Amino acid sequence: MTRETGHVPERRIRLSRAALRTLAPQALLVAAVALVGWSLIDTARHNLADQHIASGFGFLQQTAGFDVSQSLIAYSRSDTYGRVFLVGLANTLLISALGILLATVIGFAVGIARLSPSWVLARLAGAYVEITRNLPLLFQILFWYLLMLGVLPGPRQSLEGPLGLFLNNRGLILPQPVAGAGLEWVAAAAGGAVLAAILVGRWARARQARSGRSFPAGRVALLLMLGAPLAAFLLLGQPLALAPAELRGFNFIGGIRLVPEFVAVVAGLSFYTAGFIAEIVRAGIQAVDRGQAEAAASLGLRPGRTLQLVVIPQAMRVIVPPLTSQFLNVVKNSSLAMAVGFPDLVAVFAGTTLNQTGQAIEIIAMTMAVYLAISLLTALVMNLYNRRFQPVGR
Amino acid sequence: MRKGRFVRRELSPALPPPVAASGPLRWLRTRLFAGPVSTVLTLASLLVLWLIVPPLVTFLVIDAVWSGEGREACLAETAGRPVGACWPFIAAKLGQLIYGFYPAGERWRVDLVFATAFALLVPLLVPPAPFKRLNAALFFVAFPLAAYVLLVGGWFGLAVVETRAWGGLLVTLVVAVTGIVASLPLGILLALGRRSDLPAVRWLSVAFIEFWRGVPLITVLFFATYMLPLFLPGSWSIDNLLRALIGVAVFAAAYMAEVVRGGLQGVPQAQYEGATALGLRPWQTMALVVLPQALKLVIPGIVNTFIGLFKDTTLVMIVAIFDLLGQLRAAFADPSWASPSTLYTGFAFTGLIYFAFCFGMSRYAHFIERRLKAGR
Repeated sequence: MTRETGHVPERRIRLSRAALRTLAPQALLVAAVALVGWSLIDTARHNLADQHIASGFGFLQQTAGFDVSQSLIAYSRSDTYGRVFLVGLANTLLISALGILLATVIGFAVGIARLSPSWVLARLAGAYVEITRNLPLLFQILFWYLLMLGVLPGPRQSLEGPLGLFLNNRGLILPQPVAGAGLEWVAAAAGGAVLAAILVGRWARARQARSGRSFPAGRVALLLMLGAPLAAFLLLGQPLALAPAELRGFNFIGGIRLVPEFVAVVAGLSFYTAGFIAEIVRAGIQAVDRGQAEAAASLGLRPGRTLQLVVIPQAMRVIVPPLTSQFLNVVKNSSLAMAVGFPDLVAVFAGTTLNQTGQAIEIIAMTMAVYLAISLLTALVMNLYNRRFQPVGR
Repeated sequence: MRKGRFVRRELSPALPPPVAASGPLRWLRTRLFAGPVSTVLTLASLLVLWLIVPPLVTFLVIDAVWSGEGREACLAETAGRPVGACWPFIAAKLGQLIYGFYPAGERWRVDLVFATAFALLVPLLVPPAPFKRLNAALFFVAFPLAAYVLLVGGWFGLAVVETRAWGGLLVTLVVAVTGIVASLPLGILLALGRRSDLPAVRWLSVAFIEFWRGVPLITVLFFATYMLPLFLPGSWSIDNLLRALIGVAVFAAAYMAEVVRGGLQGVPQAQYEGATALGLRPWQTMALVVLPQALKLVIPGIVNTFIGLFKDTTLVMIVAIFDLLGQLRAAFADPSWASPSTLYTGFAFTGLIYFAFCFGMSRYAHFIERRLKAGR
């Protein structure tokens, strides 16, 4: 700074030249983007007017007039396109949530199996990972779908599972849960148990901090949370029954029927993503230095405690960010449900509704906005999580 | 300490020699039957293998039907034995699976493109092969032009083949290769834009990248198929395949940009400073010093993006372009080949093709990764 005293005019020139150098190209770029954007919009307006396509979101109030094979919320063909959007959104969220849950369970199991001391099991898990990751997801979904349609028997020769489970080419049929009197007390017992488990955990931590004596809080909490609802359930005379579906004529009456498309999409999504999650879990566990476990052992921690207090928390820090991006992939990949005709958001909204109304711009923008919102929201939550759990001072 | 001190007065007895400290017996003990849990897991895994592998081999090889003219050959009643894979089905549909409905007399053009791509790609991928720069220029610039002329036709007396007739593995490879060739330069530009000092450039790049990464490819394909025509003057008509290619290229560019950005971040700050100290201008620093190093760092990432892209090409089926998977589905619909094992045979064959491509590429990425690590 001191060197430049006395050269004020020159400095001003240099500054303005620098400003010119940075501002001019930016202004040019923004102007170019705006110009292209404006000309595109203008062309689209002309094209829409020429083809007599209505614009705006008025179509959401029109009657849809088509059926949807599986819906979480009440829907009939006399409902509006707006309702169709919600039906599709609910189905997309349903398959995404189920896919995430199953993929996480399978993925963790396979990832841990890959590190098993048993050589055969580790190799088997490795083969699973390579096969699921190297075949396209659509290929896998289509495989499960055509397998269900082509190979499974008709309703009269259904494969029968325990608890009134039936599998046939019409789908997977689950028994219908029927609530009896007093079910709310079981729920209350479960809630109370959770509360008690939290209190026990707090007390145990406080006592350990005070006296150094540990308390098996985890096991007690598990016992409480499983035992209390079970005891209430038995004491109240089992107020929840499963009503299995019944075969009448050529089809099943009652029960919950999951269409084959649904089963195929969830199976494909879960098995495919599980391969990726397994790799993430394996890498996360291997990222924890061996010395950490050895140091914990030399401090006198038992293997289980070492895993719980030392290895897993450090592995999770490596696992969670890529895991979230896999979860996001499940949400985005659930749009492949359309290929087998499952009524997800893309199928019923960007598919059928677009074909009927022709309002491509509004519909595709709405569909993209849904996925974009889910992605950005997850990214936001992830950033908060990372800020909270990153170790300080490293 | 306490009074009773212990002093050993005689040698402790020698321990028995360890049982098989090395060799196959030790391997069995430590890697298969290390303890009760491990033993149970090993036995359970062996059971699973036993349930999967022998039936698979029986189906694919031992019980398979190798020759025949129609579905009758693959029916257990006509064959008089349990029937496995129906390979004549694949033989009959092979042309459709590879070329789609490309006219039979013109298929040599497709073969020529495949052969050229192979001949150019192999020396590009083998690190010690010479003339990398020339090779890359040929593959990324000359080859796409030549392939376009050969496949589309209309020049040099070649008959025009409409893209509607294209299909099968040809479309899969065209979409994947176009995606990668177009997305690499676009991705580099976007990555540089995202790291730019100019806020307008940076924010536009960030918005572009995050938008395309936040939406599923299907919606991008829908966008390209249904919305793109609305944004162009009515006199322009874009080919259906070209629309999908544009969608795939833009989508892949956003992912490529993030891969390249990772590479740019991996180049140490001192490299910039060193280049500046030598008197290089900023763009020279970028082009001559930073980018070459960054791109070398991210070769595995680029290959992984390509694997993802290759698998994603199957999605073009949804906008009525029949790639390998689409042709497979079409082949299943043929009643003259309907038999109980047709479905498995088709999936086994197509699955092997996809697996061979993807697994080969992922092994290559591993190989490069190890090589890069060894070089440091």
